[in-house]
Amino acid sequence: MAKMNMLQAINNALDLAMAKDDGVVCFGEDVGHFGGVFRATSKLQEKYGKARCFNTPLTEQGIAGFANGMAAQGMKPVAEIQFADYIFPAFDQIVNETAKFRYRSGNEFNVGGLVFRTPYGGGIAGGHYHSQSPEAYFAHTPGLKIVVPRDPAQAKGLLLAAINCPDPVIFFEPKKLYRASVGEVSEEYYEIPLGKAEVLQQGKDVTVLAWGAQMEIIQKAVDMAQAEGISCEVIDLRSIQPWDVDTVAESVMKTGRLVINHEAPLTGGFAAEIASTIQKKCFLHLESPIERVCGLDIPYPLALEKEYVPDHLKTYEAIKRSVNF
Amino acid sequence: MTNPNNATISTVHTAEFTSGHALQIPTLRILQDDGSLYPGAEAPQLDKATALKMYDSMQFIRILDERMLAAQRQGRISFYMQCLGEEAATVGSAAALDDKDMIMAQYREQGALRYRGFSLEQFMNQLFSNEKDLGKGRQMPVHYGSKDIYYMTISSPLGTQIPQASGYAYAQKLRGLKNTTICYFGEGAASEGDFHAGLNMAAVHKAPVIFFCRNNGYAISTPANEQFKGDGIACRGVGYGMKAIRVDGADILAVYKATQMARDYALEHEEPILIESIAYRLGAHSSSDDPSGYRSKEEEELWRKNDPISRFRLWLVKQGWLDEEADKAKSDALRQEILDALKVAEKVAKPGIEHLMSDVYETPIPLLNEQLEELKAHIRKYPDAYPVTAGRFE
Ligand SMILES: Cc1ncc(C[n+]2csc(CCOP(=O)(O)OP(=O)(O)O)c2C)c(N)n1
Repeated sequence: MAKMNMLQAINNALDLAMAKDDGVVCFGEDVGHFGGVFRATSKLQEKYGKARCFNTPLTEQGIAGFANGMAAQGMKPVAEIQFADYIFPAFDQIVNETAKFRYRSGNEFNVGGLVFRTPYGGGIAGGHYHSQSPEAYFAHTPGLKIVVPRDPAQAKGLLLAAINCPDPVIFFEPKKLYRASVGEVSEEYYEIPLGKAEVLQQGKDVTVLAWGAQMEIIQKAVDMAQAEGISCEVIDLRSIQPWDVDTVAESVMKTGRLVINHEAPLTGGFAAEIASTIQKKCFLHLESPIERVCGLDIPYPLALEKEYVPDHLKTYEAIKRSVNF
Repeated sequence: MTNPNNATISTVHTAEFTSGHALQIPTLRILQDDGSLYPGAEAPQLDKATALKMYDSMQFIRILDERMLAAQRQGRISFYMQCLGEEAATVGSAAALDDKDMIMAQYREQGALRYRGFSLEQFMNQLFSNEKDLGKGRQMPVHYGSKDIYYMTISSPLGTQIPQASGYAYAQKLRGLKNTTICYFGEGAASEGDFHAGLNMAAVHKAPVIFFCRNNGYAISTPANEQFKGDGIACRGVGYGMKAIRVDGADILAVYKATQMARDYALEHEEPILIESIAYRLGAHSSSDDPSGYRSKEEEELWRKNDPISRFRLWLVKQGWLDEEADKAKSDALRQEILDALKVAEKVAKPGIEHLMSDVYETPIPLLNEQLEELKAHIRKYPDAYPVTAGRFE
């Protein structure tokens, strides 16, 4: 075991994947010699050469299309989009091409092995162009897998599983935690299965669910609620698509209550999907309406970031509303 | 024989490729480092008042950049971007325009902004995201904009302003306005799909837009030779069927002259035109960047000798338009003025909570009003957690 922050864990995963399989190639804006603006790919060019770890011209559309082409040929491109906010120029390549390659060709061709890594989320004084959480746009498109790790050990295991996955994966990295989250990470190669949620804490009164950077926040809220005798079950969804309906449903059948938290705006956010599915699966077990604690329905602000964010206090209030309904 | 555009084309009868480097566009240079003109070069028509205003703008942003970078280091603002080494490119081009020509910038064009008359207080209010910021504290520092002075508010996603500039200029033409739009972008942003879309739309629909590429050698850490092949960006304009010129971006007389000519041409012929300015991004990409990770001090030193401001100063002195003694006193005074303005802006309150919801739509939709009310109730309950807005609404 070694102490690593999330960036080091991601770097370590990429290093192991590139060593293991020479089809794994990393590229993106500033990814080469510099190691990316956050340094997730640092030293990889030194180690594996310019052909396997390189800078691209500044074109997300180009990066995504190039990655599609490489993956269709059978390689495993791990393409970095510098900020999730800048994934939109690549939207067409991702939702119309990446997502549908296998389906539209009757599996004559596919882009399995393709991973888009991209830092997402706020809390870094980035304003609306460096803070967005765009997972819901992609969750709406069948054919893509979507993964969001919450800490270094998760980031490493999930990223290795993503690279090894026969379907294309979008891997959203909580940039707020890049350096802030430090933990013990095994230096060995290991994978964490995609599509599986993790129950972090058992409880009986209410299930509290989030993913990525919001896990820290719900944990804080849960601690406040526990201090008042409310017993919370805490779940990290980890994969947005496919998402682990069974684990969540099982928990809600036990607790009878669900609070979902995400940073993206409320309307059309992935919490809506979860709420609707769980309502159907667990209708007769529910003791109170499913609560959503989400971003406001506005662009992510700068000066009033605190007001926007679905923080621990808003989550704590939702937990109490849910329990006291 | 003609091609599909009905242009006459020449034919050959042996197969031979044209090299990707076949087109070599020369660089216009008028002013030498010592403030004299190159032999045979002719200075543009420039009156004393305009020349001094240009010089003032360059000096202003040089000092502003220096001070605000320091303020960022002290943690007083969250982020900053300098334009060190490119002052002549943006000031020189803006000076050649009419005050009502639209400016659509990327983010490193504070020179053009200052020349247009953005005040020191306005700079500060934006940088401190306070309630006097025209952008209502919503965007990161350096995302300036002002309708009054025809400066479109900056958007972070790169290249998006390029096709917008084409559309804006086309609309100016349809309205019968005798104005152009200038569109600034970096050589990095010229790799975006929007660049192709924007130039092609403008060329086909004859929009009087001036595309101004600031080729400063780097896009964050990526050097120009990993950004594109071939002879820079200027030749791409030619590829789209428009006129193009390359200028020394540290030579304000060359930039001014080229932009003046471009403006005249764009308006007269109702056509787009491309200017490529060659300079060097002497500072870091932004306050979050450390260029020592990807380039050498020696390389930077070479370009430091190319200082656009000292070159112009020497020319002004030669013209008898500038007194070096008085100039020095002025820059000291400016430094103090900037410091004072910083202290004022820093104390101005942040925008009120209603500005979270305003401007998302013209009038907030019911959902937003509902969310605002819920938020207010929440803040009343936990005022300590939201110090910026708590206690500031009924
Ligand atoms: C669509 C998009 N992708 C990535 C970024 C991140 N980014 C901001 S500035 C920059 C480099 C831009 O370089 P260039 O256009 O050459 O301008 P310069 O900074 O050199 O003035 C990058 C990659 C962005 N803002 N928008």
